[in-house]
Amino acid sequence: MSSEENVILNIDDACISYGGDLAVRNVSLQIFEKKITAIIGPSGCGKSTLLRSLNRMNDFIHGCEQSGRISFRDEDLYGDKMDPVEVRLRIGMVFQRPNPFPKSIYRNVAWGPDINGLEGDLDDRVEKALRQSALWDEVKDRLHESALNLSGGQQQRLCIARALAMEPEIILMDEPCSALDPVSTARIEDLLFELKENYTIVIVTHNMQQAARVSQHTAFLENGVLVEYGDTEEVFTNPKNKRTEEYVTGRFG
Amino acid sequence: MKTVKPRYLENSLQVVFFMCAAISTITTVAVIGILAFETWGFLQHVSIVEFLFGTRWSPLLHPKSYGLLPLLAGTTLIVVGASLVALPIGLACAIYLSEYAGERARNVLKPVLEVLAGIPTVVYGFFALTFVTPILRTVLPQTDVFNAASAAIVVGIMVLPMVASLCDDAFRAVPDNLREGAYSLGATSFEVTTRVVVPAGLSGVFAAFVLAISRAIGETMAVTLAAGATPNLTLNPLESIQTMTAYIVQVSLGDTPAGTLTYQTLFAVAAVLFLVTLCLNIAANMIMKRFQEVYE
Ligand SMILES: Nc1ncnc2c1ncn2[C@@H]1O[C@H](COP(=O)(O)OP(=O)(O)O)[C@@H](O)[C@H]1O
Ligand SMILES: [Mg+2]
Repeated sequence: MSSEENVILNIDDACISYGGDLAVRNVSLQIFEKKITAIIGPSGCGKSTLLRSLNRMNDFIHGCEQSGRISFRDEDLYGDKMDPVEVRLRIGMVFQRPNPFPKSIYRNVAWGPDINGLEGDLDDRVEKALRQSALWDEVKDRLHESALNLSGGQQQRLCIARALAMEPEIILMDEPCSALDPVSTARIEDLLFELKENYTIVIVTHNMQQAARVSQHTAFLENGVLVEYGDTEEVFTNPKNKRTEEYVTGRFG
Repeated sequence: MKTVKPRYLENSLQVVFFMCAAISTITTVAVIGILAFETWGFLQHVSIVEFLFGTRWSPLLHPKSYGLLPLLAGTTLIVVGASLVALPIGLACAIYLSEYAGERARNVLKPVLEVLAGIPTVVYGFFALTFVTPILRTVLPQTDVFNAASAAIVVGIMVLPMVASLCDDAFRAVPDNLREGAYSLGATSFEVTTRVVVPAGLSGVFAAFVLAISRAIGETMAVTLAAGATPNLTLNPLESIQTMTAYIVQVSLGDTPAGTLTYQTLFAVAAVLFLVTLCLNIAANMIMKRFQEVYE
């Protein structure tokens, strides 16, 4: 990892448990600004848990506890001075299953800026977000139709647009393509390439090729433990850990 | 090789089940038939215009008059008053239950609502008469002993659990991933509730409201006890009034001979009551259907 990269999130010795059962164990890693970081690992290894701790979505889960320190631009993400609503305003999220609101396409994208009173023209903001998520041409003539009429892939791009409309500093994506067909998946990967110019993205995926294609850094998690973290190329072509090698080459359980 | 099991039991059970289904269907048809027949008889003597738009209801005392509007006004007063109590409070209860209450508060509140829903309606009527009315009369001395307001308040309390429970169901049917989506955009709990959950559950809320209104219209015991027996064309809730249901009770308890016009008014009023609640229930069902389709 070259030294000119800026650390935007610093996770230091994070342990996260559900009702006492540890799901993430002593994980320390750094997320770099304007880069795509992939988190890979077998199902149930704590990827979502770790990701959700980065914008305090675990706050809503009863019995979820966390220790260690996560700093966001040198501020304690879980400190008393940090307002969790503000955190989520600055760190957006795209979920595994597309979850558009049962409202029009326009209202979906405008929702966040609207409730948070973001400045600027709402129409412009909606158009910009939809263009960034490569959905504009498909929906520009039916902005006021229900978002639920869109296909799964379109709905997921709408959810990305919805997050982008907030112009967050970081976008967290939890297996955003797992519910999508290959064509939609390819479109979203193209999208990630374009977004990385301006956004910091952390993406959880269990699709190894996807991690290798889109990310600059890759973290491999197993049983809640961070087994390996480094440049994506290193992790995939020359892993230091034997478990990582077995996982990325598909010789896994 | 399979042995052939005797089918007697199965066949006879099938007959029993069919009979049960048939009996309830026949009963419904019979009730509707009798209502229609007697109402038809009534309308031979009183024109439908006079019945529906007449402003004086006096089928027992001379000079007799058969204008339904006073009874409709009485029922309307109860429905409006009960709605003012039950709809906002029921909605607020449901929002609290589904969005804010922890497991423990829920475990206390849900059974309390069920108990409230299980109280016999006569107890509510009694409660109106002996508790609500005296309070009203202290605050507003011009209040009649029998008055619409007192009855409306208890009818409101009576249907409140239903409103709360149906709205709660509607809100809990809103998938959690919508809430998460909203939170991830920097929304507060209040914004998530008012701008995502309530709008998404809105058709369920409407259906609950319609059903509550339908129940308030049909409510009998509390209004008979507390609202009076004065078919009064008024919109003043502090006066004594009579609802359609209370009228039916009054005449049923008297010794009106069958076949007389007074006797037939019972069926005419019941028919109106039946039609109104039927329409409301159909409307609620249609709204519910729409609501079920939203997330499929
Ligand atoms: N809400 C929850 N309550 C209790 N345990 C949970 C919850 N979410 C996840 N877990 C547990 O935490 C572990 C990690 O889960 P998760 O982070 O979802 O893994 P992944 O995303 O890698 O599949 C699993 O053992 C899972 O059962
Ligand atoms: Mg997961």
